[in-house]
Amino acid sequence: MSNNETQCGCCEINENEKFSLLRQTIEKYEAKESNLIQILHMAQAIFGYLPENVLITIADEMNLSMSRIQGVVSFYSLFSTQPKGKHTIKVCLGTACYVRGGSKIVERIKELLEIDVGETTKDMTFSLEVMRCIGACGLAPAIAIDDTVYKRVNPNKLRQILAQYE
Amino acid sequence: MINLTVNGKSVSVPEGATILDAARKLNVKIPTLCHLENIHKTGSCRICMVEVEGARTLQASCVTPASEGMVVRTNTERVRESRKIMYELILSDHPKDCLSCSRNKSCELQAVGEIIQADESSYEGEKSKEYIDESSPSIVRDAAKCILCRRCVTICNEVQGVGILNAQDRGFASAISAGGKTLLGQAACTNCGQCTVVCPVNALHEKDSTQDVWAALANPAKTVVVQTAPAIRAALGEEFGYEAGTLVTGKMASALRDMGFDHVFDTNFAADLTIIEEGTEFLNRIVGMLYQKGAISAKKIDELGLHRNVNATIPMITSCSPGWIKFIEHYYPGQLGNVSSCKSPHMMLGALAKSYFAEKIGVRPEDMYVVSIMPCTAKKYEITRPEMVNGGVANVDAVLTTRELARMIKEAGINFEKLADGGFDSPLGLSSGAADIFGSTGGVMEAALRTVYELVTGRQLPFDKLHVAPIAGFERIKTAELVIENAKEEWAFLNGVAVKVAVTSGLVGAGILMNEIKDGESLYLFIEVMGCPGGCINGGGQPRPRDEKAKEKRMAALYREDEGKKIRKSHENPDIVKIYEEFLGKPLGHTSHELLHTTYTVRGRHGAAN
Repeated sequence: MSNNETQCGCCEINENEKFSLLRQTIEKYEAKESNLIQILHMAQAIFGYLPENVLITIADEMNLSMSRIQGVVSFYSLFSTQPKGKHTIKVCLGTACYVRGGSKIVERIKELLEIDVGETTKDMTFSLEVMRCIGACGLAPAIAIDDTVYKRVNPNKLRQILAQYE
Repeated sequence: MINLTVNGKSVSVPEGATILDAARKLNVKIPTLCHLENIHKTGSCRICMVEVEGARTLQASCVTPASEGMVVRTNTERVRESRKIMYELILSDHPKDCLSCSRNKSCELQAVGEIIQADESSYEGEKSKEYIDESSPSIVRDAAKCILCRRCVTICNEVQGVGILNAQDRGFASAISAGGKTLLGQAACTNCGQCTVVCPVNALHEKDSTQDVWAALANPAKTVVVQTAPAIRAALGEEFGYEAGTLVTGKMASALRDMGFDHVFDTNFAADLTIIEEGTEFLNRIVGMLYQKGAISAKKIDELGLHRNVNATIPMITSCSPGWIKFIEHYYPGQLGNVSSCKSPHMMLGALAKSYFAEKIGVRPEDMYVVSIMPCTAKKYEITRPEMVNGGVANVDAVLTTRELARMIKEAGINFEKLADGGFDSPLGLSSGAADIFGSTGGVMEAALRTVYELVTGRQLPFDKLHVAPIAGFERIKTAELVIENAKEEWAFLNGVAVKVAVTSGLVGAGILMNEIKDGESLYLFIEVMGCPGGCINGGGQPRPRDEKAKEKRMAALYREDEGKKIRKSHENPDIVKIYEEFLGKPLGHTSHELLHTTYTVRGRHGAAN
């Protein structure tokens, strides 16, 4: 169980195993409504995103209405009801990155990947998100792809950066 | 006690009281909008802000506890300015079509505006997305009107425990909805309509049926029959300025006649009929249970004229409240076998109007139009159920809430206050006092016990004024026990049986009792459930109360109506005796089975959308 928290390994397990993992997680959190956010986090870690059938399972196991759960999911931008790509690109639009051209980076990535913010490429390789300050102001403008931070990004170099992930 | 001053006047309030409570004690009026006494206290609208000496910012008086030595000012320049800004910000995202809004002059936002003396909105900007969700047969949701006070969220989640309405998204995109793309008509909503009672504006209201009814009244080919639920007579007056709890039975009947209804019947008649059918069903279930245990013989059952029911389930649960029925179908489908098969009283009356009565007056059922005046929004849904049809004709064609009826009376130019008292028409208009109390929590059970106890023992129910005091009142779950002694000879096998009953109103209590049954721990033989807290007197279609004691006063009115009648027991209603002789034969007989009983549907707990 504790292994799964840090390293989901969900690509290797099948749907049934994912759901049984979800049920174990809910049980571990005693199906308490006050633990809902944490349970949703874990569910997103297991499934990659929060599709309707996952929310229904959570609703049933926790004896909550779908509307209540959807209310929480839609409130926090960290939760997604859309599937995520293999890699998540996060562009920082905090003050420092913004003034140093963060929005140009967003525009360029949108062009290169042909997706909007919050969307995923058709081949499921990339998802694009924007963030408010990733704490790398001295390196502005910054982006993060998965756990790697790229500093002083030049929009013209983006194609090269992305190529490493394809 | 806590001592403080409000606007320079001293006041003492108990521990836990808010600044608002203290101000009210001094008759100081602080405008409020989202606040709903005893139900919703979140301080979200920020209209009730006041100045507290020593506090840096203004405080929301509805949620700030009074404290010792506190110095409060409610009428300073700063307070008035703040209210005005808050109000104008709300108005900046609210449509200003008041004249054509059905809440015109009964809108709380409007009423607060009058106190605040706001200017024409000084803020112009983006508007929330407009959409009207009319997918539910009972409740309409108009998002543009919503001021996000969240009263509906509280009533739906905390009071009713259903949780269909919740805040979705955040910031300016915030909206109250059933979640995701789910429309209200697809959600596991019970249609109880409590949200439409607490909504301060027109963001939640009943689906309008007044136009359909006007059309039927104007159609010369239709014989239009109307019936009124027990709880209407104790509440309709409030829409015409009468004090809560004023009985307007006679004026109501006259108004309906003046509106042009051809026959004015009383759902109360069918309430008496329900007692006969449901009471018999109850005895049938008890006998069936004893038969399963081998305690009585098949021959004995035949002698009593009952069925050899080998599948009898106990406790039996009442079925009058369509919000409750939809609740159990969604959330406790495993317990549907416990629900009485009786249709709700107005459906029974509709079925009889279009058979027994239509035949009497020589009208074809399809040329008859039945309108039910109900304290209920779920009844609008109930008439659309496919089970509520006999011979291809719907039992009831339209349901009007108490509020809608009041609107129609006003529209018809009827001077309600000046009306002389009228009466109900025969043969579906006479009722006993037992029928009147159907409108209040505990009433159906009391009415049933009055008849069943007397049938079995030959004696009157042994309670003062026939009122089963332990099951009256507003507690969530009430119980009583009645031991059968000295039963009549044919019922002697019931001697010593303790009839334990439970009564609940509001769906949280229903959930508790259903869990007991599910876990095999229910102690009861008979359970009454009404979907709305307090019963139909506080139904989702009733006038929005202006008086905090409205529920109590309406309940007292129904007990007064009951006590004022000569006939207090359903089985003594001569027209009920007559309809069995002339038409129905016997309780639970073939005709009853066809017209007066129904079946239920298992539904998913997440509704049709999921």
